[in-house]
Amino acid sequence: MNFGILFATALGSVGANKLRAGLTLLGIVIGVSSVIAMMAVGRGAQVSVTSRISDLGTDLITVRPGNQALRFAFFGGGGNSDVLSFEDALALKDAVFTPDVRLVAPENSFSGSAVVGGENTFVSGVGVTAEYIDARNLTIASGRNISNADVQNTALVAVLGSQISESLFGNRDPVGATAKISGRQFTIVGVLESQQGTIFNPDNSVLVPITTAHYRVNGGKGLLDSIAVSSINILATSEKTVESARASIATVLRLRHELTADDDDDFLITTQQDTIETLEGTQGTFVILLGSIAGISLLVGGIGVMNIMLVSVTERTREIGIRRAVGAKRRDILFQFVTEAVLMTFGGGVLGVLAGWAIAYFGNGATVDGDIIETVIETHIAVIALAVSVAVGLFFGIYPAVRAASLNPIEALRHE
Amino acid sequence: MTSITTVPAIELTNVTREFQVGSQLVKALDGVSLTIQPGEMVAIIGPSGSGKSTLMNTLGCLDTPTSGSFYLNGHDVSGLSDNQLAETRSHQLGFVFQSYNLLPRETALSNVELPLKYSGGYSGKDRRSAARTALDRVGLSHRYDHKPVQMSGGEQQRVGIARALVKNPELILADEPTGNLDTKSSAEVIEMLRSLNEIDGKTVVVVTHDPEVAEATKRIIAFRDGQIVEDRAVVKPSAPKTEATVETQPDSESEISE
Repeated sequence: MNFGILFATALGSVGANKLRAGLTLLGIVIGVSSVIAMMAVGRGAQVSVTSRISDLGTDLITVRPGNQALRFAFFGGGGNSDVLSFEDALALKDAVFTPDVRLVAPENSFSGSAVVGGENTFVSGVGVTAEYIDARNLTIASGRNISNADVQNTALVAVLGSQISESLFGNRDPVGATAKISGRQFTIVGVLESQQGTIFNPDNSVLVPITTAHYRVNGGKGLLDSIAVSSINILATSEKTVESARASIATVLRLRHELTADDDDDFLITTQQDTIETLEGTQGTFVILLGSIAGISLLVGGIGVMNIMLVSVTERTREIGIRRAVGAKRRDILFQFVTEAVLMTFGGGVLGVLAGWAIAYFGNGATVDGDIIETVIETHIAVIALAVSVAVGLFFGIYPAVRAASLNPIEALRHE
Repeated sequence: MTSITTVPAIELTNVTREFQVGSQLVKALDGVSLTIQPGEMVAIIGPSGSGKSTLMNTLGCLDTPTSGSFYLNGHDVSGLSDNQLAETRSHQLGFVFQSYNLLPRETALSNVELPLKYSGGYSGKDRRSAARTALDRVGLSHRYDHKPVQMSGGEQQRVGIARALVKNPELILADEPTGNLDTKSSAEVIEMLRSLNEIDGKTVVVVTHDPEVAEATKRIIAFRDGQIVEDRAVVKPSAPKTEATVETQPDSESEISE
């Protein structure tokens, strides 16, 4: 029996009981479409995280205080948090020791409230130098940046994140206005452009001079050089020099901290590549998890196909007998039933791909709990899902088909 | 086209078919030897359980003898594999069943095409033209696209005969072909089988309960307890009377099963 006849015969048999075929198909449709949709959501999350990190610039290196071993030991505990000083940061921009470093921007942080008239909002404050906005790839929307003179003068000036500006001043331009931040009266000199959708969202931040944050907000003491910084943002000269910059930064900091060869680093250097790899790893697990859950529904669909095929073989025993009597070989019967099963699962697979595609397409940009869902539809996932649905048909169709093929034709003909 | 070759259409030598029924060994065929020449028309008669259905299954290459030899058109088929038996059924035999055994969803034409689908070498066009020729031969030119439920029993059985004819086999096996039919349709079917034998020169073997059907053939072989108890030529084969009340009680087939 050639393939054309086989296909037509199988199509006729499947089509003869449309409701049953449709319901069986539905199991596969649900399985395949959930695989497609889940993978699209998972990959979307992965891609958007990666792109947000890349937006920050792949040449960004971050140094934080703390011993790596200790961090692990205390599960994220900060280790000795006073270990990085402003002077450490300045030392990292050195033409001889760290030639691959283009820009250094130390920061420290505080949190508190900002009040303007009756408006009150929580802010996450960042003490910065003039270099900060370049290091973090931020743009001033209006007014000016924190200047190095502000840093020198411990000036009470602030640059607002767009969200803060909006909650305190509405649509008015706040430049020149004053706001009470953590109990101090600040003059607003600038507003940041909104960076919504990036991973380090500055929209709820307030930037003030690093010295102001230390002495006037946090109530710190000591000389400028010795003030503690919570992290140092560093840009390498290019993406290619990130690794050599990292090495030279480690060397300089180890020398400055007088660490011996036996000592572990008391700081942690993270490049964007590290962050991307870590997050992609996590997201990869997430994608696999989503895929497996969807895969289980495909498995259940496959069992449904097997069930229906077994019923079909029993119901059509006489038909099998007739076909055998007029010359069908066992393998003709085997192929016919396998083809029927594969036809159903492949049909379900095609519909499932279309449905999953539609879900991913229309679900793109939907908001769930304030998070924007991004989906990425990948052709190879669709191809794999189709191949898997054919494989499901083969796998679950073989057993019923073998039963059909092994029926004794005499018995089958007698079957009522 | 009565064959002039000396090779018998069917040659059984000492054929035995045993079935294990519980702890009992039952001999459905017990040393049957039988020769049927090409162009003969033979009726196999006998009570239920006499072994005539087992004989039919054996002749139809659906079953293989436990012992003894079976030559079909000069070829030994007793030792053939399942696939080879399927080939033999496909190429050398045509089956006519008591309950027609048509595929209910398919049209008459499509049902008649079925054997061609399993033998290869026919294009869709060839298949349809061969099926039309066979349906024309049994007088169903007006029923190509009818499904079995849309036809009378007699018409369905003629579709069954067309299906048996479509590959132009030498041998037609009919198992109680009139068992489900009324007198008139029975007479038509028997006439059709006779004409295949007389005009087309087919070898026809009919298993039947019906003495009138048997008397319409040229030779009657009677079975009892798995053995041939009578084998006689019919002196003057008579067409079955259409008016007579013919007992058409179906064979209850309470025969030994595997």
